[in-house]
Amino acid sequence: MAQATRKRPVAKTEDAAVSARIAAQSHFRILRLGTPFQPRLDALAKTQDWYNWAGYRAPHSLWDEELEYFAIRSQAALFDISPMTKYRIEGPDAEAFLDRVTLRDVTKLRPGRVHYTAWCDDEGFVLDDGTLFRLSPTRFRLCSQERHLPWLLDSAIGFDVVVKEETEAVAGLALQGPTSFAVLRDAGFAGVEKLKIFDLADFPHDGGTVTISRTGFTGDLGYELFVPSAKALSLWDRLMTAGELRGIRAIGYTALNRARLEAGLIVANGDFTTAEHAIRADRLRRPDEIGLGFMIDPEKAHFNGRRAILQARARRKLRHVLVGLEVEGNIPAEHAIVYHKKHQEVGLVSAAMWSPMAKRNIAIASLARPYGDTVVEDLWVEIYAMRELQYQKLMKRAKVVARPFIKLDRRIANPPADF
Amino acid sequence: MKAWDAIIIGGGHNGLVNACYLQRAGLDVLVVEKNDWVGGAATSRELTPGFLYSNCSYVCSLFRPEIMRDLELPRFGLQVISYEGGAVFTRDGDYLANYRDHDAHRREFARFSKRDAEAYDRYARDVTRQCRFIQPLLMRTAPDPTSLKPRDLGELLYLGKKFAGLSAEEMALTLRFWTMSISDFLDEYFETDVIKANFALSGIIGTALGPMSPGTAYVLLHHYMGEVDGSVGAWGYARGGMGAVTKALAASFKASGGTIRTGAEVDHVLVSRGKAKGVVLAGGEEIRGKLVVSNADVKRTFLKLVEEKELPDIFLRRVKNFKMRGSSGKVNIALDSLPEFPALPKDSPVYRGDMHFTDSVERMERAYDDWKAGRWSADPFLDMVIPTTLDPTMAPPGKHFMSCFVQYAPPKVSGREWTDADRDGFAESVIAQIAEYSPGFRDRIVHMEVRTPREIEAEVGLTEGNIFQGELTFDQLLFNRPVPGYAQYRSPVGGLYMCGSSTHPGGGVMGAPGRNAAAEILRDLAKSTSHMSPAHDVI
Repeated sequence: MAQATRKRPVAKTEDAAVSARIAAQSHFRILRLGTPFQPRLDALAKTQDWYNWAGYRAPHSLWDEELEYFAIRSQAALFDISPMTKYRIEGPDAEAFLDRVTLRDVTKLRPGRVHYTAWCDDEGFVLDDGTLFRLSPTRFRLCSQERHLPWLLDSAIGFDVVVKEETEAVAGLALQGPTSFAVLRDAGFAGVEKLKIFDLADFPHDGGTVTISRTGFTGDLGYELFVPSAKALSLWDRLMTAGELRGIRAIGYTALNRARLEAGLIVANGDFTTAEHAIRADRLRRPDEIGLGFMIDPEKAHFNGRRAILQARARRKLRHVLVGLEVEGNIPAEHAIVYHKKHQEVGLVSAAMWSPMAKRNIAIASLARPYGDTVVEDLWVEIYAMRELQYQKLMKRAKVVARPFIKLDRRIANPPADF
Repeated sequence: MKAWDAIIIGGGHNGLVNACYLQRAGLDVLVVEKNDWVGGAATSRELTPGFLYSNCSYVCSLFRPEIMRDLELPRFGLQVISYEGGAVFTRDGDYLANYRDHDAHRREFARFSKRDAEAYDRYARDVTRQCRFIQPLLMRTAPDPTSLKPRDLGELLYLGKKFAGLSAEEMALTLRFWTMSISDFLDEYFETDVIKANFALSGIIGTALGPMSPGTAYVLLHHYMGEVDGSVGAWGYARGGMGAVTKALAASFKASGGTIRTGAEVDHVLVSRGKAKGVVLAGGEEIRGKLVVSNADVKRTFLKLVEEKELPDIFLRRVKNFKMRGSSGKVNIALDSLPEFPALPKDSPVYRGDMHFTDSVERMERAYDDWKAGRWSADPFLDMVIPTTLDPTMAPPGKHFMSCFVQYAPPKVSGREWTDADRDGFAESVIAQIAEYSPGFRDRIVHMEVRTPREIEAEVGLTEGNIFQGELTFDQLLFNRPVPGYAQYRSPVGGLYMCGSSTHPGGGVMGAPGRNAAAEILRDLAKSTSHMSPAHDVI
């Protein structure tokens, strides 16, 4: 006798959550989302040179990547940072929670301040670096390259804190360059002159508020602005209008990347591999191995990875070091192999350029200790420069130098200069 | 009477891979196949005019690219096309899709859980790490841990070194991965039912275990360690159906001078003084061979084709106890138009991927409960694809071939043989499930082929219809596959070798068992293996 087949009609539910979920299905039709500023970017995108930034259509350049760089250094450059991952962390235990998760001492981060920090897994390997904004005594925003919601939620167990991902809800702009202060002032953000480096404050905008911090990724005078997505376009227009006489220009990532390299700043999954993405175990890095040792405060309360990080220090188990290099000549050494005495392979250049501001050929490299650490003499980089379908192979001397490669007084000057 | 250098019993993909390599080494090789066509479980047959079915296996990922290259299979017509993701339909009228694009994939998961959406990268990292550990082992003969031969010691050392190269954390993860249940494994990463179900399906396909049974995490790995042209974990359709794989192998074999006899069922292996001397066909015809290689599974080979008295007791007992349980069936359907799924937007890429209707691990486990009770699942788990959305060669324009892999189906129904009425009831459970999500589905059906374990065993020869020629659990892998002491493709009978999926590294249309067996045979014959590419480096 044949078995009976159970009938199981598809449930038709009126559940609002289900309806909202179903309404969100159509995302598959647009693989690269526009940011809240996309209408403005599209209007300016003469090069139509886009790349994929965490699922968003972001510009490599908008009109001329070289000139966009000079807009950062000479005027004011507007760069859309909306695709950056953003978490809102709020609650009575927010400070204690973040002090536990991140490397730097969050108890020392006052409300209205920002710091650059990093966080590690239990083995002390770096999960990511990012900026932590203290918006109030109990409210923070954490910005990063990669996504960490499971890590943050799991770490929050036992803390009275709410962690919410708000990447899409919050739009971000970086306004960087010597005239950036003047632009903000002219745009009517009264009191913005009071912001010292790493300060933040809320300002009224379009019936709401915009959070402006004196931060950036360029080593220049500059600000970052965070606004609810619905107010993004009015903010853009407000800045562009005010900046017209101050040479404001929208820019793409290539220009920004040059500025950040001159500033000696590192990029997650560009200059090091984040722990949750490292398939090969030897690619994992401790903070001391990527130049973030300065963040570690053994005196502060317990933090994730502390034991492993301090043990690695004590047992001299640090295998790598991230250094700034100055390379002879003017050919960028991007992704070149670093040698000791021209033959022993000791590392790799992760980013390199000719610096217009320093007039030097600069690079960031990861080396196997002791090279770059105690052995810094006789280092070389092998540059394969493709010229009309032939490699010009160059062996150039490299010198370990301090980062940043350029230091601009205007970055920290108070009050900020009015150009 | 002519004595062939080698007689291969069974023209499945592993038998043909083995035959190709032996023939190309200069041996005079005969393949004997009981059916009137070759292919074993990798066939494409036209059972109704205009429609080609992938009758058994239906998607391709595991088939080793080194073998495709060595045997010039592209020249003989083999093309594998990556397909586009897939979906699990949910009972609330929605679906969870898998998209190839990383960010679309994340956004899709975020519809159900923002947390799980961001957990995927760590999951993918850990699974990829495990795949990279296993991949290099696929194209090597497993070492005999009891042997003191330099080669075995070398291979053991290789295995040991690979293991020792792992960090303490990875070692723990590896051991857990090889032994834990897929449900427990997924609980470490995800919290949403449908997301867990979406991944758990790879842990149960082809296995007489439920998602909560220990050992199923490894089965998932087995489905992830393949590739389509370097894209690890990707699955594709063989253009022309899975028969294209064996068609190309047969053509390659013949082009190198090999001989295939179809409609030639082997009754038994001729054994004299502990050595295989050839085979005797069902009609009584005797074919002599200097060695015999069986592509049949280990049970069929040693419990049906070789007389028990020729085999040591312990070996025989272990073969009898080898776990090779029927757990799945297949429903192949010719459709006069593309089915519509109201839950799925018309322009969704999911139509070109794999579709499922089991939206929780719990439902999978309940489907398994039916199997344990000797029933087919009332609410079965389906792995459903419509290859004709990408492959224009399998059906006339506008018409479609749909392949439904169905789990669970017991080898016997409540302890007795399957009947035709059972088979129809089994098919109805499948059609009813699809029709719930696709109104009007029944009206599109032109023709249907229903294969329960009974049909699979009878037609393909797989004992109990087990698609892997033996469960892929840790106790039946590496040097324990199929039987400890006989994991190197040799058997207690001199000159009788095994080359089917019962041997290392196991089932799926991979070809590695056939290739590895050929390497062992050529070593015994002191012949060169220079025509066999080593495994591609995993860097």
